[in-house]
Amino acid sequence: MTAAAAATGAAVSIEHLRVVRGGVLVLPDLSAEIAPARVTGLLGPSGSGKSTLMRAVVGVQRIAAGSVRVLGEEAGSPALRRRVGYRPQAPSLYGDLTVTENLRYFARILGAGADDLARTVSTVGLEARAGQVVDRLSGGERARVSLAAVLLGKPEVLVLDEPTVGLDPVLRRDLWNTFHELADAGATLLVSSHVMDEAERCDALVLLREGRIVATGAPAELMGRTQGRDLNEAFLRLIEAAER
Amino acid sequence: MSVRTASATAARVLTQLRRDPRTVALLLAVPVALVTLLKYVFAGEPVVFQRIGGPLLGLFPFISMFVVTSITMLRERSSGTLERLLTLPLAKLDVLVGYGAAFALVAAAQAALVSAVAFGALDLHTGGSTWTVAALAIANAELGMALGLLVSAFARTEFQAVQFMPALVLPQMLLCGLLVSRDRMTRALQIASDALPLTYSYDALARVTTGLPLGPRFALDVSVTVGATLLALALGAATLRRRTP
Repeated sequence: MTAAAAATGAAVSIEHLRVVRGGVLVLPDLSAEIAPARVTGLLGPSGSGKSTLMRAVVGVQRIAAGSVRVLGEEAGSPALRRRVGYRPQAPSLYGDLTVTENLRYFARILGAGADDLARTVSTVGLEARAGQVVDRLSGGERARVSLAAVLLGKPEVLVLDEPTVGLDPVLRRDLWNTFHELADAGATLLVSSHVMDEAERCDALVLLREGRIVATGAPAELMGRTQGRDLNEAFLRLIEAAER
Repeated sequence: MSVRTASATAARVLTQLRRDPRTVALLLAVPVALVTLLKYVFAGEPVVFQRIGGPLLGLFPFISMFVVTSITMLRERSSGTLERLLTLPLAKLDVLVGYGAAFALVAAAQAALVSAVAFGALDLHTGGSTWTVAALAIANAELGMALGLLVSAFARTEFQAVQFMPALVLPQMLLCGLLVSRDRMTRALQIASDALPLTYSYDALARVTTGLPLGPRFALDVSVTVGATLLALALGAATLRRRTP
């Protein structure tokens, strides 16, 4: 564990991360810490580097410089593969298999049992679709299967890339409640979104724009700091202040 | 490597195949139809059918598994499932062994069916053991799978992946000695033939089916086939990157 991470007890500690993708400098020099047992929202417009940052935290992104440490280990190290769950932006499922068959495969790799599988299916509310082939599900249902897959084996750190896109409001609320239940039970969640009303549901926020962090802090703190009426306005003021 | 993960992978691949009964039907029926066609095309020259029929039985699984694996692996890469798998606690070898086991089973079924028809109904004779032919057919299926896995890394689309079949498989079929005996090829073509794994797979099959004594050349054939499979798998495994740009 780095000195900084040890001092703050951060679950994820990112120092001077630099990522170049396809000749484009996506993250020039990013440092941040993600608090344990909290839901941290990664907010920013499309193309701001959210997915790249998440990929770096999971350890699937080739990085040019800097370090990313998760639970005291280097991101992507073998010891972390059981402790960190990643839900990529694309559903990343076997379209020709049923919901249960997909989840059973991932569960067997993780050594998770049938009860764990049933639990995750019910968490995402897909009991009625369990026997359906994934290709025949709606986009929102596929997103939920993908989320269920990452809940298998109860990982300590969950990295969820836009997990609630295209979902109905009731289900979205339920899932955010689930995220907080997981955090209350000790899990660290990093959730990306480009929807501002989801920002209010986070314990902490990281606002990303053009590969740089514009602001970090709890939603109420950011509102107070900027005197904005809502988070959207707070973010606008933060961006304007950063550019000045 | 973990037996649990590898067998889970094999079960998953077989379930995917089962979801696609048309592919399974084609995998099993096409070799039978082709061998039957071959029998009647060479009705006037039964010696030719006897010479190339046997080795062909063992080469079909090579072609089928090459195509099936290159497309399946390409889908794993493009759908993001491969990236998801590599974030999970599994060894790359588990994925490869899982695929290998699943396709060996399919190859065994394919070889069994086409052998039953050819030896049972089409009057094809083999000088050697049909079991050895079947074992070689499975070895060739694994070679096809390993090469398919490797080329899937170089294809961006399924169109490209399919084009690798004529590009990599047909030259080997032309040069392996099946159509024209190798000693009647020019020196340059013989050298090219020497460098291609299918030449050895074919030679092994030809020796078994003509009932020649197997001897050290057969041992070399089998070693090269298995060695080329392992080499292609190792190169293919190197293309399964956990970290990507």
